[in-house]
Amino acid sequence: MAIHSDVEGWGVDKNPADRPAVPKERTPPRAITPGLKRPTQQRPRNEVLVSNEHAGITRVFGTAVAPRGLSGIMRRAAFRYSEGDLRHWLILLAADRVDVVEGVIDDLRHGHVPNFFKEMGWKAELRHRPVRGVLKLAVTFGGLALAAFALTRQTRKRTYFQRLLKH
Amino acid sequence: MLALNYRGPSRLRVSQKPEPSIEHPNDAIVRVTRACICGSDLHLYHGLVPDTRVGMTFGHEFTGIVEEVGRTVSSLKPGDSVLVPFNVFCGTCFFCQRELYGNCHDTNPYATALGGAFGYSATAGNYDGGQAEYVRVPLADVGPTKLPPDMDLDDAVLLTDALPTGYQAAEMAGIKEGDTVVVFGAGPIGIFAAKSAWLMGAGRVIVVDGVDYRLEFVRRYAKVETVNFHEIDDITVHLKKLCDGLGPDACIDAVGAEADGSWFHRITGVFLKIQAGAPTALQWAINSVRKGGTISIVGVYGPTLNMVPIGNAMNKGLTLRMNQASVKRHLPKLIEHIQAGRIDPKQIITHRVPLEEAAEAYHIFSNKLDGCIKTILIPPSLQH
Repeated sequence: MAIHSDVEGWGVDKNPADRPAVPKERTPPRAITPGLKRPTQQRPRNEVLVSNEHAGITRVFGTAVAPRGLSGIMRRAAFRYSEGDLRHWLILLAADRVDVVEGVIDDLRHGHVPNFFKEMGWKAELRHRPVRGVLKLAVTFGGLALAAFALTRQTRKRTYFQRLLKH
Repeated sequence: MLALNYRGPSRLRVSQKPEPSIEHPNDAIVRVTRACICGSDLHLYHGLVPDTRVGMTFGHEFTGIVEEVGRTVSSLKPGDSVLVPFNVFCGTCFFCQRELYGNCHDTNPYATALGGAFGYSATAGNYDGGQAEYVRVPLADVGPTKLPPDMDLDDAVLLTDALPTGYQAAEMAGIKEGDTVVVFGAGPIGIFAAKSAWLMGAGRVIVVDGVDYRLEFVRRYAKVETVNFHEIDDITVHLKKLCDGLGPDACIDAVGAEADGSWFHRITGVFLKIQAGAPTALQWAINSVRKGGTISIVGVYGPTLNMVPIGNAMNKGLTLRMNQASVKRHLPKLIEHIQAGRIDPKQIITHRVPLEEAAEAYHIFSNKLDGCIKTILIPPSLQH
């Protein structure tokens, strides 16, 4: 059998009994420290959505960001479905995208114009891959400019035809 | 306080946020001393995890100093230096009693499939994470572990997730002396899984990835064979040829949802999100491993569905093992390995970045720029 003397510690845990999570489930079961009781119930300080696969709210939970706005309405709707129902997750993913737009609106409402370049860490791109970075920026902004041009042209065309129709 | 603030896919900033407060009598408030960016943070960063809310703070790998404790906390006091496992767990529920701390049933109202985890979306309990100056640590008598006096902070922070997850990946692979083990992914978890496979007596360890600098690192750090899948026509055939035509005894998926290597899975899993991430590594693992072999999965996928060749797994009589790591269960053994010099986790840290530059750090890590393997964010109070 291959013995790897060049590998520090080779085989020190080769006996499964020396591996901390063998067997997978500890037998007999017991609390992590003797006498530890189930935690007391935390009081919600903002809205908590509860999976309908749970019997009720768990004893402890996070309160990082509460559901809000249209994305919040969507999140509440998602929780009508169980985790086994694809609709639950798809609605949540859609709510996440709506939340992003709401986040930008919220920033603007508070007088903060989001710096997308900085938020996407693009300084690092230009430092480490300047050619690719510049090309990517050119393609992105070029695409946006083209889209804006096409849109304004279409609007101009429409007004021209509307004028023709009126006469 | 300063904290990472998620704004949408591939967008985040570090901004002021109210300091956390005690919300439950067994809470502690911890001042962060180190916080890592984990590969699974990238799934949040790229918008792949449902119920990731704008304004959340990521970070499930962190160490810190206890600032304040709730009235029932008895095992910690202000001033204690702690490492905080990424699992938020109660220690008393059905699953915790069986030491499946990653599956705790009493810390995440948002989902039953997933236990609580710091900074990992509302789907993992809506907890803010440690990529901030301060963090609320619930169940302070259960999760946090005081640092041994001689423990380096950089080693300690890697004990909160990366090293235990890599070790558990090797453990779940059921390695027997002399086995050939293939690890898919040469990121931090894959590196530690490879290293742990040796500790469990593997005869041969092969790491597969598509990024040369990572393969070079793991070859040097863990003394393993490596394969760059970009240089191979068919990775399954290649691995079988390397293993007497039968295939390896065990395969470990340490990649998860953002795997490279298949345009079909990239488009459907990562860009269109028709599947819960690209299951390329998992597909390769199932198809490569020998009949009767074991697949160990620690790569993270979303909660919907993935296209995996489960029929092949059945026909080959495979054993599939997988889970989130039960970090606390592994700590005594891993601390012993570090102290004995068998594993030197901090060697994988390539970038130490001020917290304020988190947006750039994420971009670098996500795009595998500048030889990045593991990034640590340092809060302002500890920047010298």
